[in-house]
Amino acid sequence: MLEVSDLSVRFDTDDGPVHAVDRMSLTLAPGEVLGVVGESGCGKSVTCMSFVRLLPETAHVTGRVLFEGRDLLTLSARELRRIRGREISYVFQEPMSSLNPVFTVGRQVGEVLQRHLGLSRAAARSRTIELLRLVRIPAAERRLDEYPHQLSGGMRQRVMIAIAIACDPKVLVADEPTTALDVTIQAGILDLMRDIRERLGTAIVLITHNLGVVADVADRVVVMYAGRKAEEAPVPELFAHPQHPYTIGLLGAVPRPYEGEGTRERLQEIPGRVPSLHELPQACAFADRCPRADEVTRSQIPQLREVRPSHFVACFHPGPG
Amino acid sequence: MSDVPALEVVDLVKHYTGRRRRVVHAVDGVSFALGRGEILGLVGESGSGKSTVAACVLRLIEPTSGTIRLNGADITHLSRRRMRPLRRQVHMVFQDPYSSLNPRLTCGDIVGEPLRLHKLAHGRALNARVDEIFDAVGLRSELRFRYPHELSGGQRQRVGLARSLILRPSVLVADEPVSALDVSVQASILNLLRDLQREMGFSCLFITHDLATVEFLCDRVAVMYLGEIVETAPRRDLFRRPQHPYTQALLSAAVVADPVVQRARRPVVLDGDPPSPLEPPSGCRFRTRCPLHERSAPQSDEEHPALREFASGHLVACHLVDRDRPAPRLVEDAADIVNA
Repeated sequence: MLEVSDLSVRFDTDDGPVHAVDRMSLTLAPGEVLGVVGESGCGKSVTCMSFVRLLPETAHVTGRVLFEGRDLLTLSARELRRIRGREISYVFQEPMSSLNPVFTVGRQVGEVLQRHLGLSRAAARSRTIELLRLVRIPAAERRLDEYPHQLSGGMRQRVMIAIAIACDPKVLVADEPTTALDVTIQAGILDLMRDIRERLGTAIVLITHNLGVVADVADRVVVMYAGRKAEEAPVPELFAHPQHPYTIGLLGAVPRPYEGEGTRERLQEIPGRVPSLHELPQACAFADRCPRADEVTRSQIPQLREVRPSHFVACFHPGPG
Repeated sequence: MSDVPALEVVDLVKHYTGRRRRVVHAVDGVSFALGRGEILGLVGESGSGKSTVAACVLRLIEPTSGTIRLNGADITHLSRRRMRPLRRQVHMVFQDPYSSLNPRLTCGDIVGEPLRLHKLAHGRALNARVDEIFDAVGLRSELRFRYPHELSGGQRQRVGLARSLILRPSVLVADEPVSALDVSVQASILNLLRDLQREMGFSCLFITHDLATVEFLCDRVAVMYLGEIVETAPRRDLFRRPQHPYTQALLSAAVVADPVVQRARRPVVLDGDPPSPLEPPSGCRFRTRCPLHERSAPQSDEEHPALREFASGHLVACHLVDRDRPAPRLVEDAADIVNA
């Protein structure tokens, strides 16, 4: 349904170009939950924001983003407006700064319904109540007339989700939707995402740095590193048989409370740091930090290849750790 | 000397008076003791009061009432001046390594500052001490001449650690020291903190919302909810046999990076939001969200549960729990699922 191919994003800054994303590709099937994982600066948010051209003008985006057969990168601004927020919608990390503090919750949800679906004010209001109930906000009729500052972080994020699903979008992009929230609140939001997928059949792109969140709700996962895709596989496959040394490193870096004594001696560290994105290395971007690096790794860019069924990895020396 | 706890907090209360004289109950009657060489995890969600406890311990804010003893000495009401010589015994690492380092000082100056302020070393001796601690926290010594903005987040947090350990304090207070960092960097800071603790032997009050890091690092854990400690136990007991329904919910809600385990678990989803610390509920403060409220009512509506010993070293503040009477299990333990 959504097919991204050869997507590159370059930002021109005062310090020269920054290659945030380098020839990225993704596919998303209807009703699928795709997890996009990586650490800060790996390009996961930039990739997803470029789907409907949400990036600032300093960004040079090349490649193709096919959505139901149309390339979103070549659409006119007017055509794009019909897709943004209606067919493809977004939920961001910080629910306070994404909501307008001077309008009531009801007005902000209703605005989407009036603009995209042409509902009357009254119809929008009653539909808003339904939506707030759907995202499990208690006393929805009362909450409607409240302002964002009157709601807790978890409730605000539910309002954001209500806005995002208001027009029954085909794709929901959730960028770190639970990162700013407490764990007990996070559990509720993740539950809600599952519910939305099941009830509305919405496909979800879930951007996160938290492998636990991916393990919980995603069907398939893409691991990104320094603007490139490192590994891609169905969730059970990736966690059981990680192939890329970066993925293996990430999995080893997380403390695991349930494994009991003995395993907690040391966490696995990934030495070194993420490379500068000012130039595109003609090498594996992970080479400097990789225990498996050799001559080939340092002189060529690894291509994505299928090493196990539906399991792709961009590494010259893939395999279990 | 050795049986005197490094840090002892008794009945600590911190209330803020807000607009219209409304009282914010940030911390309400918290007591704990931090043994020598012990790492105690203080766990809670936002608004639980864990950072307020840290700030009181360091005398950064004035507690409303209660007693704080540092190596046996009552520091609760010491003047700034009399507190000053004791400050070298307790230091803090902050959450955000970006805002907690002075951008106008080089990293070497930042780390050497405590030595200078306490007039403990200068000149060559100071440089030698700075070099030594840079080495201990895994920073190359040439980074002494760099400014914080030139360093990565992980390196900055190492600078923060070096600054707080250069005086060899007996107590280190670490407030969410890894939550602002990427996963792979977190791992290296947690490993480092553990190595340093073993080498230098300081006691550590480790404040966090993340149970996985607690399990990795801490010897003992205290769980806070709405300004109170609701459960405290040795690490193993807390993770194996959590009692307070809030602890059980918290443990069940933490996501595990393993789809097989994670999908077999049933998190306890708590109803609603945490109540406001302006008006904490009567009786048990957790009762408004407690999944076991039906069984604990009406006692929990009226009577405030005290921390009572459930097993040796394992204290729980719940009407449903008493010595050798465990609370009903809300969820299957992740460990049980793995072992099954």
